[in-house]
Amino acid sequence: MAAGRIARSAARRRGGGSALPGLVAERVDPDILTHALAGVPQVVVVTGTNGKTTTTKMLVALLRAHGREVFTNPTGSNFTRGVISAMLPALDRQGRMHADLAVLELDEAHALHFVKKVAPTHALLLNVARDQLDRFAEIDHTARLLHSLAAATTQGVVLNRDDPFVARIADDPDVPPARYFGLDESVLERLAELQEADVRFEDEAPTPGLGAQDVLLRPRDEREFELVLGDGSASGPIVLRQRGLAAMINATAAVSTARLLLGEAFDPAVAGAALREVAPPFGRGEVVDAGGRPLELVLVKNPAGFTVALGTYGATPVTTMVAINDRDADGRDVSWLYDVSFASLRENGVALTSGIRAYDMALRLRYDDVEVGGVEPDLAVALDRLLADHPDRPLRVFCTYTAMMTLRRILADRYTLPEFGEDAPA
Amino acid sequence: MRLQDPQKPKARITLVHLYPREMSIYGDLGNTHVLATRLRRHGYGVDLVDHHPGQKLPAGAHLVVGGGGQDSGQARVEADLEDNGPLLAALARDGVPMLMICGMYQLFGHDFTTVDGRRLPGLGILDVTTRGNTKRMVGPVALQTPFGDVVGYENHSGSTVLGPDQEPFGQVVAGFGNNGDDGTEGAVKGHVYGTYLHGPALPANPAFADALIKAAVDRVVSRGFEPEELDDTFADQARKRQVARLTAVRRRGLRERLLRR
Ligand SMILES: [Zn+2]
Repeated sequence: MAAGRIARSAARRRGGGSALPGLVAERVDPDILTHALAGVPQVVVVTGTNGKTTTTKMLVALLRAHGREVFTNPTGSNFTRGVISAMLPALDRQGRMHADLAVLELDEAHALHFVKKVAPTHALLLNVARDQLDRFAEIDHTARLLHSLAAATTQGVVLNRDDPFVARIADDPDVPPARYFGLDESVLERLAELQEADVRFEDEAPTPGLGAQDVLLRPRDEREFELVLGDGSASGPIVLRQRGLAAMINATAAVSTARLLLGEAFDPAVAGAALREVAPPFGRGEVVDAGGRPLELVLVKNPAGFTVALGTYGATPVTTMVAINDRDADGRDVSWLYDVSFASLRENGVALTSGIRAYDMALRLRYDDVEVGGVEPDLAVALDRLLADHPDRPLRVFCTYTAMMTLRRILADRYTLPEFGEDAPA
Repeated sequence: MRLQDPQKPKARITLVHLYPREMSIYGDLGNTHVLATRLRRHGYGVDLVDHHPGQKLPAGAHLVVGGGGQDSGQARVEADLEDNGPLLAALARDGVPMLMICGMYQLFGHDFTTVDGRRLPGLGILDVTTRGNTKRMVGPVALQTPFGDVVGYENHSGSTVLGPDQEPFGQVVAGFGNNGDDGTEGAVKGHVYGTYLHGPALPANPAFADALIKAAVDRVVSRGFEPEELDDTFADQARKRQVARLTAVRRRGLRERLLRR
């Protein structure tokens, strides 16, 4: 135990990475996780390709609003060592955690590493999408990772009803009882932009039947929605601070899971009030005050995410910049830009493209007949141009992870920005 | 599907994409998009056909494109390739231009031997054989080809070897290519091209795209391909910058190796 604490303060002094104390503690006591979480009644793992961070934040807010004491790992520390590091200060002298629940956002591959140490009582499996990061070469592989996680879970799983990679997991008798979240009929036509084709099986995956406790999303507009239960009853409207379908789906998943975890104690009114207060995580629609003008930073990292983001924002008249880097944390392969349709940007065009692959992005847009005002690979120069040449309109920048980090650093030097922690690319 | 056509198209071209659901991972559909868009911009009409497993391949195809897939995707198309293989081979022999990326490149070869020794027969249109590997060849690629520099991104575990008379598509300047050993990348026979390049391959390499288009149009109209002047500034910049970057990395690596000696 002490080893981890010392490592943590040493890391603080050197300004080191957040996983280091976890690494040391894990070396000293390989069963530290097992031991620490042994007394926590409910251990919930949240994973999937898109929406982990937002959904985890929402689920934690829902549980805390119902008076539960919740331990969670901070945004982005979604590897086991990051979880251990985050846990260290919360442990008592015996190295045990005191909380009603632990809600852990875990990277797909690390979720499996985690379950070797701790069997979660519950798992929330969001989706399986192609990610341009090279870590997982194939989405079939990611689907298998989620399946193994579900099979290692002891009490219950919450699954995405509209994602065949995820929904099919319930067919396995080793997987505990499943509840579902999904889209109401009124928005089913948007599924194509959200969902990868699952070609692993000969037959089309049948959508699972609707149980009385399952929760479906029925949006009213960009920010307001109702939740419809399997028994037909509806609750809402619920309003989020974050815009768009992706955030609403995350909220639906979080509510479905909170209902399972809280049982009778779940209160729709408390839930609605809690969700209204959840601030968008860093980079997920964060708005910076750029000298009196709103500048919105939208992180894009894979085709499904970019497509949904465009569906949310595309037609609103703002000045748009797209910044694409191809460093390791962005994914070195930019092929995925051709799996996104940019047609929704046609009407307003794109003022500038930037980043290491600025010309590739401009080229991509031209193949969708989107006008490109200019190309400037240097992010700082591009930002200056954007601010100087477009003084009249709100600004929106779609950017990959490292491009966002750079832009945010530049913006932080000029304007007041809220502190931001170490956010991982996953 | 009929795309928006120019006022009075110079000719109509049937563009077939093989297995868009199963075999077009990593943006390979972008190649089809680029061919269709450039055809239109050059003044030709396009009939785009998505060919799905179990359907009959259009015998009048003028241009055929295929991409990479996962193992599950390859398994889904095996039976259809067997049914439509003879027609594809006949079209290839007859000079129909084809571009096959990654998984479909492998299936256009003689055979593919998996890591566990299973042998899957291919169409044998290209004289190449592929062996499954435990190491994956992943990263950005730059090639020298008859169309000049070509850039893309490879991601494959199959290691491909050319037959004695099989021409490669290009020589590797940066990246692994067919097998990481002999410096070759891809294969070309007549107008049939196989390559590991995603990226996708065509957008930043317009000379290559237009060569495929020319071969298709030349088959349809006797006066041949009459290109329009297209603005390829973005493509040229994207490609040149990528080549400069990748060769700089390579030069740095060589220098370090020399210094270590
Ligand atoms: Zn590939």
